[in-house]
Amino acid sequence: MATETIALSPELAGGLQLRMPGRLERLLGPEWYRLLRGLMTNPLSVAGIILIGFFLLVAALAPVLAPPIEGGGNPYLIPRDGYGAEPKPPGAEWRRGQPPLPFWYQTVTGKDQWVHLLGTASGQFDIYYGLVWGTRTAIFVGVAVVSLSLLIGLIVGSVSAFYGGKLDDVLMRITEIFMAFPFLLAALTLTSILVPLVGRGIGPAMIALIVFGWMGYARVIRGDILTVKERDYVLAARVIGGDDTRILLRHVLPNAVFSTMVLASLDVGAIVLAFAALSFLGVGTDIGYADWGQVISFARAFILSLDQYWYIVAFPGAALLLFGLAWNLIGDALRDILDPRMKGTRGA
Amino acid sequence: MTTYIIRRLLQLPITVVGVTMLIFAMLQLLSPVERSALYIRDIPKSEAQVDRIIRQYGLDQPVYVQYWRWLVGTVDASTGERKGGVLRGDLGYSRTGRQDVKDLLLHRLPATVELALWSVLPIVGIGIWLGMQAAIHHNKPIDQVARIFAIIGYSFPTFVFGLLVLMLLYAKTGWFPPGRLSDAMTQVVMSDSFTRYTQINTLDALINRRFDVFVDALRHIFLPVITLCYIQWALLLKITRSSMLEALRQDYVRTARAKGLAERVVINRHVRKNALIPVATVGGLTIVGLLNGVVITETVFNYPGLGSAVAAAAVSLDVVTVLGFVLFNATLLIMANLIVDIFYAFLDPRVRLG
Repeated sequence: MATETIALSPELAGGLQLRMPGRLERLLGPEWYRLLRGLMTNPLSVAGIILIGFFLLVAALAPVLAPPIEGGGNPYLIPRDGYGAEPKPPGAEWRRGQPPLPFWYQTVTGKDQWVHLLGTASGQFDIYYGLVWGTRTAIFVGVAVVSLSLLIGLIVGSVSAFYGGKLDDVLMRITEIFMAFPFLLAALTLTSILVPLVGRGIGPAMIALIVFGWMGYARVIRGDILTVKERDYVLAARVIGGDDTRILLRHVLPNAVFSTMVLASLDVGAIVLAFAALSFLGVGTDIGYADWGQVISFARAFILSLDQYWYIVAFPGAALLLFGLAWNLIGDALRDILDPRMKGTRGA
Repeated sequence: MTTYIIRRLLQLPITVVGVTMLIFAMLQLLSPVERSALYIRDIPKSEAQVDRIIRQYGLDQPVYVQYWRWLVGTVDASTGERKGGVLRGDLGYSRTGRQDVKDLLLHRLPATVELALWSVLPIVGIGIWLGMQAAIHHNKPIDQVARIFAIIGYSFPTFVFGLLVLMLLYAKTGWFPPGRLSDAMTQVVMSDSFTRYTQINTLDALINRRFDVFVDALRHIFLPVITLCYIQWALLLKITRSSMLEALRQDYVRTARAKGLAERVVINRHVRKNALIPVATVGGLTIVGLLNGVVITETVFNYPGLGSAVAAAAVSLDVVTVLGFVLFNATLLIMANLIVDIFYAFLDPRVRLG
């Protein structure tokens, strides 16, 4: 990311030095470049990026890290070792229904049979499998929910700002009504209504999180479009006869969407935590589905003896905490970079 | 100021009507038979009975008729008696609570109020104090510790934190049990010698001078309070800190320092007052946080309040109960936000004049 400087001839610029953008900066554009440079120079956000990279890797390598049982159907259903109610501690022998051994297993653990690496929950669901495949669930849910909420927010917000007037009033009132509900409680309600209609699974909770999750984006994009649509180039596009859709999609939206996109991408962590909370309460996925909140909800049966069954809380809890932490570390750094008042200061 | 309040008050009915419409729309996702659960008190004995209820309450009528009847109730043709009606406080019958939703709400409310009362002071007091300390000692060790504390705090899922403190402070040591009262103390509270003035255990115990009950109630409420606080501290700390930093950079602070005022006076007189104005806006968010937080916290700690009731109802798909609670909570939140806004306009003239 070296920046070249060129000196203009003294009589032209009076000794003024112009900074020429580097190749990466030209490729990304000034906004994204500043963002990337800010993220890469802050140790906390680098830690966050590494953590997210780790989670992505686990998700991508799930079939290698925890190979599904051959012919066992859906790999997201956690393999179980019998049906006993008593959880087993990490390292306990895997007696029934063993999945195939991955190639790394013997070298890393020195054993030639599967053991329950992180123990089992009641019902003998293997916690290790739940966490590895749950990483996929988490990332899928986070990205899908955020993208769809963002899409709704973009449509509502840009229509509202671009057309203004009565339509703007109506849409913003509707947005406020959705915001009048406490988020998690509203999502919980809609999920419990949707479960009988759609059936159990990740669907109902995802829909509920989207329905009550788009309002923030709509408001931010609306504000940004209100400023962009008065710019000269928008006027110019109108003068040459561009229609509304074209002006909105080609000229206004691309120039206004930056901060909304950044905001949205940071919400992935929060959405995953909210989804896990719904699962934990018992309205999310089916029992035995590979999902962090679902795994940790097994602990609810043992709240009086958690010291004995610590592994049901500790491992999925650590996964959730680290996932949330990773996004927040990046989010914190990003807010500092993007806050215009903080420009030029460090560590604020 | 008066115009501002009037303008805000005029917006209120629009939002409230919108909220009821949205809740009604969610209700419409269910079939008429399922919706009849609103008015059924015991398991229906025959289909004819269900049909009668559907006709009686007009659940097969057009949507706008249903909405109106849902709001104001239905007049029984034979007796002339008005039944149902959300506006009249009839939120339907709770299958999981085995009583009217309204009664369930009233029954569970004191426990949650007690939890909220014990949480609010530490949340606001300690949260703001930590944020101010962090800003005053900007980039010093105390600031770094506070930032790490905050960032972990808002990354911690409530239920994971709750289960962890239960593991450490109850399962290992037995200090702070879940629930609301121990069995022995429940008997004391239920006995004739103990008058339940407010249904808020800690308060009643003090009025009755039963300090054993007070200590027991406090032991039970400690962990849920800590859990609610920790998650909320992070947010308040962050906002207070950045707002203090902003205020510290203002010109009038430089002037105050330049004229030789002691640092303590600068902070107390010139910085703090201005820095705390934006913090007031978080009031609404804190209330949302508490409303969301009690659902999970009460469930984790088996604490018999509103939150655990709504979670239990949601799990058994008792939609009537859940919607009743949501309506109650949304109304509460709208009121709270109104108060926060007016308070904010009172603090900051720029808001009401802008």
